[in-house]
Amino acid sequence: MSMRSTLLVAAALVLATSAAAETPGLGHSVKEADLALWDISISPDGAGLPPGSGTAAQGKTVYEQKCELCHGKEASGGRNAKLVSTTERTVTNYVPHATTLFDFTRRAMPWQQPKTLTADETYAVTAYILALAKIIGENDVMNAQTLPKVQMPNRDGFVSKYPEKR
Amino acid sequence: MSISKKSDLDQLEAVAGNGLINRRALLGRGIAFAGATTAGASATFTSAGAEPLPVDPWSLTIGSPIPAYETPSKYEKHVVRTLTNPNHEPRTSQARTPHHLLNGTITPNGLHFVVSRTGFPDIDPAKHRLVVHGLVKEPKVFTLEALARYPMESRIHFVECGGNSAPLYNKDPIQANVQAIHGLVSCSEWTGVRLSTLLEETGIDPKAKWFLAEGADAPSMNRSIPIAKALDDAMIALYQNGERINPSQGYPMRLLLPGYEGNMNVKWLHRIKLIEAPVMAINETMQYTMRIAGQKSWQFYFPQEVKSFVTHPSPGLALKGPGFYEISGLAYSGNGRISRVMVSADGGKSWAQAALQEPVLSKALTRFRMPWRWDGQPVVLQSRAWDEAGNVQPTRAQIVAERGEPRVNLPVTAFPMGHMNVVTSWAVDNKGEVKHVYA
Repeated sequence: MSMRSTLLVAAALVLATSAAAETPGLGHSVKEADLALWDISISPDGAGLPPGSGTAAQGKTVYEQKCELCHGKEASGGRNAKLVSTTERTVTNYVPHATTLFDFTRRAMPWQQPKTLTADETYAVTAYILALAKIIGENDVMNAQTLPKVQMPNRDGFVSKYPEKR
Repeated sequence: MSISKKSDLDQLEAVAGNGLINRRALLGRGIAFAGATTAGASATFTSAGAEPLPVDPWSLTIGSPIPAYETPSKYEKHVVRTLTNPNHEPRTSQARTPHHLLNGTITPNGLHFVVSRTGFPDIDPAKHRLVVHGLVKEPKVFTLEALARYPMESRIHFVECGGNSAPLYNKDPIQANVQAIHGLVSCSEWTGVRLSTLLEETGIDPKAKWFLAEGADAPSMNRSIPIAKALDDAMIALYQNGERINPSQGYPMRLLLPGYEGNMNVKWLHRIKLIEAPVMAINETMQYTMRIAGQKSWQFYFPQEVKSFVTHPSPGLALKGPGFYEISGLAYSGNGRISRVMVSADGGKSWAQAALQEPVLSKALTRFRMPWRWDGQPVVLQSRAWDEAGNVQPTRAQIVAERGEPRVNLPVTAFPMGHMNVVTSWAVDNKGEVKHVYA
């Protein structure tokens, strides 16, 4: 049996087992389309990124209004983390994918009003921070196509400890 | 039992340096042992004064009305968590369990440790929903009312922050107590529904290798978790020590991943999405990765490895003169049951095996006890644990050799290193004061 057909058999078994199992069956079926507002996760390949775009210049305005209070002037740190630094570990010089920066900003920021930034504002403020860190150019446009292609400086800086060797 | 109480104590078999006594003294020789300690206590009373014992005032008046929900005695008001952000400023909050003031293995719900980005959300349980979608055959939504009708099970497991015990990676030994150093681990009986039961209902697309778990809190805290854990022992927990889980533990439901680092046990759980590969969330890149000198950063380090520490005595719990004490502490492993705990009173030169309090459960706190006769001289107390998978708790020197020499001293609120499961050393001076040292 080829590897491919072995996998197909295994897949069929998983599905067959699922269908046959006794469960209370109290979960309500839902369509993926109806989960759009909840399904905010983004993959490093860009899957899940919304339509929209923004530049560093547009992001500067957003940053000064909504982020600077905690993260300081030009993301240099304040009562909360600095986002750009040449000497200390920050989100820009440490996380391996630019999509993480967009994702966390969209789901968790600003602190007091999470999930209130529009897609354009999120792309713009992400562009502003990436440009401050000199990872992208001043005039680069961030959108669903360009953001996943950004090469973060620490892209290859991690080794997975999973699966465990035991 | 009153005859020769001193010789009863002397007869107890010393098994390691500086007065460690065979643990069987706690069990097999219990009578001789109890006799020795009781005699010691009554000797103190006799010498204290000749007055007959009075009838105490609380025996002469009626008691207080029984409240609908009871909290500990007013005399126990000092037994509380320490808070790093009591004014709820815009930053993470940490609350630590006071292990030096507790005994047994179950953490009271109000004292369970917390690490939270924005405090706890006010979730209406009637409106809360859990969505399971992504690489499934059929996406489903579960209400709390529906989940309450599913087959449940109860299991006792610890939850530990990946950053617990991080101060042990400081350059110099931090002068802090058990609560500050090791207070980000707690243990509860969790009751809920196996995640695999829900996945049977949705079906699993064989392409699914991971799943995303996400909370309904303000920052929608999320983590990527291997699908193997979902099919193993992952649980949607609804109850903690018999009652609905507390708001800061994820009310009305949290993910429980026995043995895995704390933040993966996503609180206020509202979404599970089956995926092919990790999403690289902030909590698996910026946080909860480990920078190792001269190597790439360690990512996806899930199990909380075998660890133990002495809680009694410990800094703040000074010894009151030479004589008998029970050394006691906690041991646990994210890889299974504790198989053995060894205790040293001479900084690791000699070791004696501690008694383990039954039942010894997998991925749960295990209490160890060691009888000890302190002669009043300076000693260094240590404990070291083994788990059933054959893992042994490393010394600090071993971890430093593996991960690099620490160069700074940081406060307990900072986390210079994750997954620090090294041996802790308490130095007792000749006055009985206990201090944290590296030994």
